[in-house]
Amino acid sequence: MTETPTRGPRVGLFATCLMNVFRPNVGFSAVKLLEDAGCTVEVPANQTCCGQPGYNSGDYDAARALARQVIEAFEHYDYIVGPSGSCMATIRHDYPVLFQNDDVWRPRAQALSEKSWELLSFLADVLHAAPADARYDGTVTYHDSCSGLRGLGIKGQPRALLGEVDGLKLKEMEDSEVCCGFGGTFCVKYPEISEKMVEDKVRNILASGADTLVGGDLGCLMNIAGRLKRIHAPVKVFHTAEVLAGLADGPGLAGAAKEAD
Amino acid sequence: MEIRSKEFKDRAVFAIHDASLQQALGKARGGFVGKRAQQAAELPEFEQLREEAKNTKNHILDHLDHYLERYEAAVTAAGGHVHWARDAEEARKIILDICQRVDAKTVTKGKSMVSEEIGLNEALIDNGMEVIETDLGEYIIQLAHEPPSHIIAPAVHKTKDQVSDLFEAAHGGPRKTEVPDLVNEARMVLRDKYFRADVGITGGNFLVAETGSSIIVTNEGNGDLTQTLAKVHIVTSGIERVVPTLDDATLFLRLLARSATGQETETYTTISTGPRRADDLDGPEEYHVVLVDNGRSKMLAGRFKDMLRCIRCGACMNHCPVYGAVGGHAYGWVYPGPMGSVLTPLIKGLDNAYDLPNACTLNGRCASVCPVKIPLPDLLRELRHMQHQQDLTPVMQKRALKVWRYVATRPKLYHALEQVGARVLSAIARNGSIRRLPLASGWTDVRDLPAPAGRTFLELWQGKRGQK
Repeated sequence: MTETPTRGPRVGLFATCLMNVFRPNVGFSAVKLLEDAGCTVEVPANQTCCGQPGYNSGDYDAARALARQVIEAFEHYDYIVGPSGSCMATIRHDYPVLFQNDDVWRPRAQALSEKSWELLSFLADVLHAAPADARYDGTVTYHDSCSGLRGLGIKGQPRALLGEVDGLKLKEMEDSEVCCGFGGTFCVKYPEISEKMVEDKVRNILASGADTLVGGDLGCLMNIAGRLKRIHAPVKVFHTAEVLAGLADGPGLAGAAKEAD
Repeated sequence: MEIRSKEFKDRAVFAIHDASLQQALGKARGGFVGKRAQQAAELPEFEQLREEAKNTKNHILDHLDHYLERYEAAVTAAGGHVHWARDAEEARKIILDICQRVDAKTVTKGKSMVSEEIGLNEALIDNGMEVIETDLGEYIIQLAHEPPSHIIAPAVHKTKDQVSDLFEAAHGGPRKTEVPDLVNEARMVLRDKYFRADVGITGGNFLVAETGSSIIVTNEGNGDLTQTLAKVHIVTSGIERVVPTLDDATLFLRLLARSATGQETETYTTISTGPRRADDLDGPEEYHVVLVDNGRSKMLAGRFKDMLRCIRCGACMNHCPVYGAVGGHAYGWVYPGPMGSVLTPLIKGLDNAYDLPNACTLNGRCASVCPVKIPLPDLLRELRHMQHQQDLTPVMQKRALKVWRYVATRPKLYHALEQVGARVLSAIARNGSIRRLPLASGWTDVRDLPAPAGRTFLELWQGKRGQK
């Protein structure tokens, strides 16, 4: 797809479903950050979903079908990197489990698992990269998405990277590690419970005094941004990658900024 | 206790709109979480202890028959009796028989979740006995005719005002409003019951195989009065609660208090071994242990074995944002929260508790604080898998999954549909988002749907890089 001569590691970008449809800017931010750090980035066209919706709904067969597709599309890259702790935790932790009784696919799942990385932790832990001359004028609070935090140990990396951004002030909110109530299909199956949870999250965001919320998973961010918009709260929402890449210049998810009054 | 887990959704919504409940839950949440975190931070080897506890429990479960036999022999040698109950009915019958044999009129009870599990109180009351819960929280909910809403803080859903009302109605006033006064009032009422009790029933936090002892921990000392002052002491416990030695028990005690209430140790830790000996100053004349299986040996043999490591500390529910939102009663049976969402379907049937494994975001906070490292989210997912295999999944969801699988395994079709979706959603959006979407009301009833930009990333990427 790309004709760029190979230099640095060859990275296959996992274009998550939500990013692909709702926030292409996150994909371009990821590409920019990876290329700035010396990677050659490709986006295989034969990818779709990681299979997590099937897995978490108990349909393991469907999850395996999707997992095989991802393995085939990405196993020839040095790394598979995606801007989501949730999707990447599925590839890292769940693929080997899904194929634990399959002698053909288990080693392939294991091999992909070992070179799978969530974007921010890849930048920080593997590439030891710092964002190049990014600037963001605002007070930012960071939501720890559950899969990234507990599944992949992502906590310090995004904060350290955000700390490198000129003009950006990081302000912690209360309970940043508590689930926002998204939970995949949970948020539409149990909307009232989800509402209570996102309400608590939004209260903590507002109490922090930050004008911007960032995080590493679009599911959570869409849930929170949608709620902020619903209650007309003037807080902008961006994926961490957008801020780091210097591409957080628009209105943010749900255009919450426009609603600001 | 009749299972009402099928009503989870309605009960959850009801709970969310119950202002007193929300007030009580908010208060409890802050306390438990903060105190546990502090205790964990102050004990450098805390994480190491969790790992040790997990391994010790796994060892016990691998040799459960051995340790149970050792335990039974030790209890018998100390002059006590061990009774084996296959299910709730057998357990009730064993206990009822003992109570009737000694012609019990008054039965005092220390906190025991197993007794809730087997529906013991109803059985004793139906047979004409007066049953008094002596744990303050249990006493409160007994007065309110409610089941516990938390495994270690049964009345956590009650506000102080509600307790004042209950006590005034039960004890005949004057109405007390300060916590120490309320506690004193309960203490005075309960004191008399301890002395009148014919049988005292407690749970067993741990059963020690080497000595035949049962260990209980309380913060009120009520368990001690229950088990030493009555003529007969009956311990009800699950078969999985046995530990090899007293040394092992201390490992779990260190974790239990810190994980449960955020204390270094509970106020009272009491070890009972057999009935009163000739030179003992006090103690019961008879000592019985009722070991309840009720689905546990089936779990031991299958993929839910990890669940049997549970030491009933309640940390999972204290840290569960769903429990924090809806409280324990929404879950509809004895055990609420994450551990209850695993246990209830296993004990009472998957079809009787469909929502419990599903009403979870799999955020993993429960597992991250579990003192015996039970992979609760994995077990909940495994239950969803069983529901899927047994065709218990709602028809619409099943169909949606089939369509999703069909489309998602065809990248070109998937991308084409994503492109259509991105365009349509972008076209109907106003000011960056969509306020109402008929087929996605589960989303838009609660929050706006952020609007896509119009073109998908893959489309734009191919446009940009394809031309290079």
